[in-house]
Amino acid sequence: MNPDANPILTLVWTFGLMSLFAVGGANAAIPEMHRIAVDVRHWMTDTQFADVFAISQMSPGPNVLIVTLIGYYVAGVAGALAATLAMCVPTAVLAYYVSRLLAHSGRSRWPAIVQAALVPLSIGLMGASGLILALSADRTWAAVMVTAASAVLAFATRLNPLWLLLAGGCLGFAGVI
Amino acid sequence: MPPDSPSAAVPAPDLPSPVPTAPPGLVELFVAFAKMSLAGFGGVLVWARRGIVDQHRWMTADEFNETYALCHFLPGPNVVNLSVVFGSRFRGIPGGIAAFTGLLGPPVVIVTVLAALYAHFGQIDVLRRILAGVSCAAVGLLISAVFRMMMPLIRRRDLVGLVVLAAVFVAIGLLRLPLPSVLLVAIPLSIAVTFVMRRRAAA
Repeated sequence: MNPDANPILTLVWTFGLMSLFAVGGANAAIPEMHRIAVDVRHWMTDTQFADVFAISQMSPGPNVLIVTLIGYYVAGVAGALAATLAMCVPTAVLAYYVSRLLAHSGRSRWPAIVQAALVPLSIGLMGASGLILALSADRTWAAVMVTAASAVLAFATRLNPLWLLLAGGCLGFAGVI
Repeated sequence: MPPDSPSAAVPAPDLPSPVPTAPPGLVELFVAFAKMSLAGFGGVLVWARRGIVDQHRWMTADEFNETYALCHFLPGPNVVNLSVVFGSRFRGIPGGIAAFTGLLGPPVVIVTVLAALYAHFGQIDVLRRILAGVSCAAVGLLISAVFRMMMPLIRRRDLVGLVVLAAVFVAIGLLRLPLPSVLLVAIPLSIAVTFVMRRRAAA
C-alpha cells in the first residue's frame, strides 16, 4: 500500500480487517497488533508497544482500548476514534445479525462444536500475546522476575490485579527494573 | 475476581422468580454499560455479569452464559459484541447502539487523555521507569489468565485441544506468522478434528 496514504484510512483498513480475525477477543489479537504496529508499519518501537499495553491495562474499560492508544499514537484524536470504531463496529454488526439468525434457527449442535474448537485456539493466541509482550517488556532479569511473580500471584491468589500493577509501578519507580 | 464476593448484596434465588423486571430503556442501557465499563479494570466481563444478572436481573445466569458464549466464538472484542447483542435484544438497533456507546464512550475519553499525556510526557525518566514496572506486572497478569484458561483442558486431558493450543502458540508467538493465514488453516482443521472426535465419542 502507498505509505503516503491517509493514516486514518490505513488505521480503519488495518483494524477493521483485524477485528474479523480477532478470535478470542482483543488480547488474542495482540500478536497481530504488534506485528503490524512494530514490524510492518513501524508506527512504534517494541518498548512503546509494551508501554501502550501497560496503559491500556491500567485504564478502565474493555481490553480492546489498546487500539485507541495505538490509533492516537498514529494520528491523534481522530486516529484514536477511527481505530476504536474500526476494531469494534464490524464485529458488533456481525454479532447482531448472527444472534438474530440463531434466535430464529432454533437449536443446533454446530455452535457448540465451533465453540469447542475455538477455545484452545484462542488460548494459544493469548499465550503468544504473553510471550511477545514479555519479550518487549522484560529487558532485564529483574523485569523477568517481576513478571513471573505477578503471574504466580495472580494465578494462585484472588488479589485485585490493580494491586499487582501498582506494585510493578512502585518497583519501576524505585529503579529495580 | 471472586464470583461469590460479598458486594453482590442481593442473594440470587435459584428458583425462577415470578416477577419479570421491566426491560431497560435506552438511557438505562447506556448508563448501565457505562458503569460496568468504568468499573472494569483489566476486563469488563465480571462486572457485566454482576450488573446484568445480579443487580438488574435483566437476564438469568444461564441466559447470560449463552449470550456470552455466542459473543465469545464470534470474532472481535467479546464484551463489545455482548453489549450490542444484549442492547438490541431489548430495544432493537437503538438499544444495541445505546449499550455500545455506553460501554465504549466514557473509557475511550479517558484512554485518549492518557494517550495524550503519554505522547507529551512519555519520555520523562520517572514515568518511563514506572511504566516499565507496570508493563512487567501487566504481562504477568496476562500469562496467569492464559494458565487459568488452560487448566480445564489439562484436567479433562484434552490432548487434541492442547495440541491445537501449542500449534497456534508456535505459529504466532515463535514463528510470527500473520494471524489471518494461521487462522484460515487452524480454524477449519480444529473444527474438523473436534467434529470427528465428538462423533467417535458418541458412537
